[in-house]
Amino acid sequence: MNFDLSEEQRLLKDSVRRYGADHGDFTAWRARVERGEAFDAASWRRMADLGWLALTTPEEDGGLGGGPVDTMVVAEAFGRYLMLEPYISACVIAPVLLAAATDEVRARFMPSLVEGGVLVSLADAEPGGRFDIHRIATRAEVVEGGYRLTGEKSHALDGASADWFIVPARTAGADDSEGGISLFLAPAKAEGLTVARSRAMDNRHNASLKLDGVLVSGESLIGRLGDGFGLLRQAVDHGVVARLAEAVGAMDAVHEMTLEYLKTRKQFGQTLGSFQALQHRAVDMAIACEEARSMMYLATIALSGDAAERKKVISAAKARVGQTSLYVGRQAVQLHGGVGFTEELAVAHYLKRLIMIDMAFGNADHHRAELAASLEPGAVAA
Amino acid sequence: MNLDLTPEQLAFREEARAFFTENTPESFKSRVRAGMRLEPEEFTQWQRLLYARGWGAPSWPKEYGGAGWDPTQLYIFETEASRADAPVQFHQGLELIGPIIFTFGSEAQKAKYLPAIVSGDDWWCQGYSEPNAGSDLASLSTRAVRDGDDYVISGQKAWTSYAHVANRMFLLARTDPDARKQAGISLFLIDIDTPGVTIRPVITMDEVHHTNEVFLDDVRAPASALLGEEGKGWSYGKVLLDRERGVTAATTTRLAQQLRGARQVAAETIVGGARLLDDPRVADRLAQFELEVMALEAMVMRTMAEATSGQDSGPRASMIKIRWSELLQQITEYWVELQGYGAMAFAPLGPFETPEAWPAKGMVYSRVTSIYGGSNEIQRNIIARRALGL
Repeated sequence: MNFDLSEEQRLLKDSVRRYGADHGDFTAWRARVERGEAFDAASWRRMADLGWLALTTPEEDGGLGGGPVDTMVVAEAFGRYLMLEPYISACVIAPVLLAAATDEVRARFMPSLVEGGVLVSLADAEPGGRFDIHRIATRAEVVEGGYRLTGEKSHALDGASADWFIVPARTAGADDSEGGISLFLAPAKAEGLTVARSRAMDNRHNASLKLDGVLVSGESLIGRLGDGFGLLRQAVDHGVVARLAEAVGAMDAVHEMTLEYLKTRKQFGQTLGSFQALQHRAVDMAIACEEARSMMYLATIALSGDAAERKKVISAAKARVGQTSLYVGRQAVQLHGGVGFTEELAVAHYLKRLIMIDMAFGNADHHRAELAASLEPGAVAA
Repeated sequence: MNLDLTPEQLAFREEARAFFTENTPESFKSRVRAGMRLEPEEFTQWQRLLYARGWGAPSWPKEYGGAGWDPTQLYIFETEASRADAPVQFHQGLELIGPIIFTFGSEAQKAKYLPAIVSGDDWWCQGYSEPNAGSDLASLSTRAVRDGDDYVISGQKAWTSYAHVANRMFLLARTDPDARKQAGISLFLIDIDTPGVTIRPVITMDEVHHTNEVFLDDVRAPASALLGEEGKGWSYGKVLLDRERGVTAATTTRLAQQLRGARQVAAETIVGGARLLDDPRVADRLAQFELEVMALEAMVMRTMAEATSGQDSGPRASMIKIRWSELLQQITEYWVELQGYGAMAFAPLGPFETPEAWPAKGMVYSRVTSIYGGSNEIQRNIIARRALGL
């Protein structure tokens, strides 16, 4: 039992932290956001050069074959420095799915993916399914030479910038069945595909999709026909855990900013940090950060564990990190007072980021209900 | 980064599991699960059982009769104890004075006191708090005056738990009234039957006699009762800080016991043909506790793994104490709510037992856990000052 990073993981951590400190200037970040850029394209290329985009892609696909701890280390820095590059959608979630594609598709996508070329986004949710990824009403009909997709998708992370989408669609079964789900690659420019692009409050550029008889080729099918749910679940689990790390990085950063503010800002002739009511609030924020970090470790480890345990731990972690991160983000704004409420300070942007992370792949309430459903009577999760 | 146990640790887990399965008295289990304290003679019975197995002092070094385990082993030991509804050992001798004696005591004090703590033959109580020195302990006013070969101790101690059971007492008294606060305080080890010691019971809201006031009127203790040096008594407590990690691990692993108990009531209570557990409101509340307990256990695991490899855990032991006490209170409160009218039979009015009252007793008792050992507000002050630099 240990929670230490390996030598290589420590080096990676140093490298991403250094990168964030060098390139994470908040003024430049705001300027890009206000210019309407989804992310920093130059930074994305540098990240590719540093090898981060290849971290968890299998070695046979030209990647580095790393594991969940590597992803955790990188994603934490993404949260700490509010980075907007589509790392989790394109380089954590997509590779899990594409690894099950045909050799030709892998050969076409993977090299470009790890070089920061093609961007692929999973359209993981539907309006009628809310956060339940198995509730899929989108249909895929078998047609000459391929499939015809019809339906709606409510969420594709970083989808506004995506060149391709991975679209779960039903080839059999009822709308709420885990069986009968298949996964398809569809180009963003496909005929019949309407991509509604939007900017979220955290400045990520996401998308929702409308598929009106979109034709895709036979080799667009990822994995086995009608048997895609397990793979979908696995990819989303990896995405969830990466976003937990992102949240933990953001929580630590915004807590540190708040402490700094409490130590320097003076009112009534003394620093804010000398008031006990505020000290205790800062302590409760620190405890929340510790709880979230502990859950992030458990969830990261659980990704390599058995399926039942994985589901339980990941849901518990998503719920607790959601709860604690919103507490920390909201208190950070509160303790900064009026300036915390402005766009001019990073604090407000951290809170908005944390609100969006909680929402992504199911919020705290959703995952608490998932946890409840996975517990046997009398059993204790911990 | 992994949760794997080594083959040796797995073997040890089996050994501990077998021990607790075979040796945990059936009569303890439902009260332990409810978070109640056992009776003093039951604590002694449990200590003797562990001592016979060579596990009387799990956290002590071998040279003083301890098991010599590393923190990961301690964690495994406590987790297995929790699984079996086995109690936490009574801690005042083992955790609050034993380590001070083996770190700062004379050879004679070590030989006289340590073996009897491990075997369960001695029961120690702590004479620290006073009516006017609670959270602000350093303002204590009990005096110890040197008189020839003796010290003469006078004053009043408060919240002296189990003084009525103990045969020994460790106490802080002021030996230099002119020194500033902490500087003039010394630590003494006395026998409770020394003339001048008077004990008055204080019954707490769980209707149990755990604690007492102790009056010290010209209590004459030999010079050999002084532990370490005069005026250094306050500083000896620092060795306990590092050990808090182990103590919090022991108590925190027990939250699983209270959760099991509450879930069981929800699973067994049928209302209108449906289990209480199938009410989404109930399932939600229980899941919330589950995930908070899971987060806390993960904090404990990290702390124990860090302790095993000699890393500092910063203020995490204080954080764990805060979260553990909050959760113990909330979970036992909810357990009682789940019981409904079943929880109203607090005490039998006749010759029968009311085990369904135990969660209520545990719940009422749990109010003290956010007050004792440095109240949660004091813990927050400590974290703010030491860890956050406020």
